[in-house]
Parts: sequence; structure tokens; C-alpha cells
Amino acid sequence: MSTPVTEEPESESEPETDEQPAADAETAAAEPTAQQRRMAKKRDDAARRDAQRRAEEETREAENTVHLKVFRYDPEVEGKQEPRFDDFRVPFHKGMTVLDALIYARDHYDSSLTFRHSCRQAVCGSDAMFVNGRQRLCCKTQLADLDEPVRIEPLPHQDVVKDLVVDMEHFYDQMEAVEPFFDPDDLPSDDLAEQRQSRENREYIKMATRCIWCGACMSSCNIAAGDNEYLGPAAINMAYRFIMDEREGESRGQERLEIVEQEHGVWRCQTQFSCTEVCPKDIPLTEHIQELKREAVKNNLKFW
Amino acid sequence: MSQTYDRGPVEDFGRWREFSAGMWAWIFHKFTGWVLVGYLFTHIAVLSTATAGGTVYTETIRGLESLLVVRILEVGLLAVAVFHILNGVRLLFVDLGVGLESQDRSFYASLVLTGAIVVASVPTFLAGAF
Repeated sequence: MSTPVTEEPESESEPETDEQPAADAETAAAEPTAQQRRMAKKRDDAARRDAQRRAEEETREAENTVHLKVFRYDPEVEGKQEPRFDDFRVPFHKGMTVLDALIYARDHYDSSLTFRHSCRQAVCGSDAMFVNGRQRLCCKTQLADLDEPVRIEPLPHQDVVKDLVVDMEHFYDQMEAVEPFFDPDDLPSDDLAEQRQSRENREYIKMATRCIWCGACMSSCNIAAGDNEYLGPAAINMAYRFIMDEREGESRGQERLEIVEQEHGVWRCQTQFSCTEVCPKDIPLTEHIQELKREAVKNNLKFW
Repeated sequence: MSQTYDRGPVEDFGRWREFSAGMWAWIFHKFTGWVLVGYLFTHIAVLSTATAGGTVYTETIRGLESLLVVRILEVGLLAVAVFHILNGVRLLFVDLGVGLESQDRSFYASLVLTGAIVVASVPTFLAGAF
């Protein structure tokens, strides 16, 4: 009851928009951008879901339990090496997330149930799982939004280590491959000088900076599933964040473009939009990948 | 952590009910593309009969067109070609970064338009076939 669902992940929450630059307000007034329209649609959908959820919550609160089907597998214990699904019936309370239910099941029923979680507020990106046939961040998925039984599996296309824990090593390798750190061509002469970014530029890469490395997009991408070398949406998005950052300079940007325009870089994307759909941070991943494709073409086409 | 369990392709075609619009567009585009490639080969084979003379070619075409199954397949070919063209235009816009937020609606639009064009073509293709 104490957990009102504040499903307002976007817009004004960004600290650097606190000052509300005049230019930003102007563009917003003039014409909504694609992102704003998308967010408006999402908000409408969220409002509709909210109403549905409230009704659902009331009925579930009366019934009092939620039925979970959880994937179990433990290679180290004989008798658990064959993957199976365990059923848990967890007492439901209003505002309960999938992660809350898993924590309850672990604390009260089976302490061997294993899953990653840390911040429980969609920041750390530890608890992306495959819930009812879709990659979701468990801590921001309301149980009342899901059909019962709620089927919880580890992320697809990654090796399962135990229960709901998958091996993220390959995902991290791909993320490291695009060199995800700020690395400008030349530093300001004064050691203590700030490297200020223009507000327009910051606004431009805003969505791209929000990646929490949860791996949901990579898991949903069926190109990444078939091609292990493909960088994947998250890594390309990370490259986008730095390529579009104006502070880095020409030659560093060129190096970055050369990384993503390789055979297993941006060109593997076949615009299925799966990643954009599952991203818990609403990053327009496909849009960013397409933009880098155009950058790569422009970079290599010379008519003069 | 001595071993890991590989579940194989969890998101295989068995989960088709959960596919989203973008995924369906991709599958249909692949499928229609391969059908069109296959058609090109038969197309060349049929056209090549013209090298043996005009009458042979005419006879081949007449023979083919007299078969009911060919008439029906032609409707199917039109459906496949129209969808591939319309979705190709959609992909062009996606590549240009135009209207990415309505990519699902443009997929449905291309499906509906394909259906309409195919239905409208049926009288022409199947005239006198039955």
C-alpha cells in the first residue's frame, strides 16, 4: 500500500534539465519531437494500464496470492541438474513487483532460489529476466500487469549459471569492445578546466546515456543470438553516446566509427525493433543504430 | 560454477504468438524475398523457351495459363511481390530514420494494402479459370 506506482521514468527527472534551458522549452512548444510523441503514447498506455492494474490489484488482494512458475537449475547439486519449473504461491500486496515476489519466495520458501538484484529501483540493471515471454526488468514490472501464472526464466541466449542467473561475460565483452569511456582528442590546457558540453548536445545524447547494462536488448535480439560477434544494441548505443558527443573531437570519433562500421557492427541490425521494445529505459535503440549506419555511409562516401 | 546450461534458442519459432510487429515484418520480408528469388528462376526458364522460337513460347505460356494451379499461384505471387515492395518502402523510411515511432503501424498498413490489392486483382487473374 505504501508503494504508489510512480511510472514516470522520463522527461523532467534528468538533473541537467533542472535549469530548463530556454532553447529546450522553445522546441518543445514548437513541435513535439518523435521521442516526445513516443513518450506521450507510452504515458497514455501507462495510464490505461494503471487503471486496469488498480482493478486487478483489488481482485488479487482479495485472492491474496500470486502464482509464480520459476525456472530452476543447479549444476552443482545432483538431482537439480535437470532444469525444471518450481511453483511458488506468494502473498500479494498492492504495488508488488516481480522482484518483490521473488525475494519473498526466496526468504520464505526456498533459500536456494538464486537471482541477481541490488538497487530494486531500475538503476543497477541486475535483474533483467524473461518474464511471461518477454525480457523485463523485474524491479519495475508490476505483478498486477501480468497474467497468471507468472513464468520467470533467465534471459534467453545466454548461458544459465544457476536458476535465474545467466553468464553476462559475453555481454560485457561486447560493451567493452566499443571502448565505453570518455576520451577527448585534446584536454584543456588548464588541468582543472571543465569540459563543458552544450545543452543541445547533451539533450541529443540524453537517451543514449541512460543505458544500465541490463542486457535485455541483447537477449531480445535474434541477430545477436545467431551471430555471437555482433556487437548488439547496447554496445552500439554506447558507441553512439560517444560518437555523438561533440567534446571528443574528430579523430577519436573516426576511430569509434571504424569500430562500429565493421562487419559485425551496425550492419548486422535488421531493424526488428525487438530491442527498442524491451528496453526498460525506453532508449530508442533502433533509431540510434540506424543513425550510426547513416554516419558510417556518410563517412565512407566521398564525391570529391 | 563448473558448467553452464545452454537452453538453446528459447526464442525460437514456437513463441510466434509473442512476436511483435517488427519481428513479423522481418519474417515476412525474408520469406517473400526467398519466394521472389525462387520465382525469378522459373521466370527465366519460361522466358528461355522463346529462344526455341515464338510458337514454342506461346504454346508454353498457353499451356501454363490453362492450369488452374498456375492461375492461383499468380495471385500468390502478386501478394508476395506487393508485400515485399511495400515493406521495402517501409524499410527505406526506417533506414532514413523517418517515422521510426510508427514502424508498427506502417507494417500493418502494408499488410492491409497488400490484402486490398490482392483482392482487387482476383477477378483479373482468375477470369475464366473456373
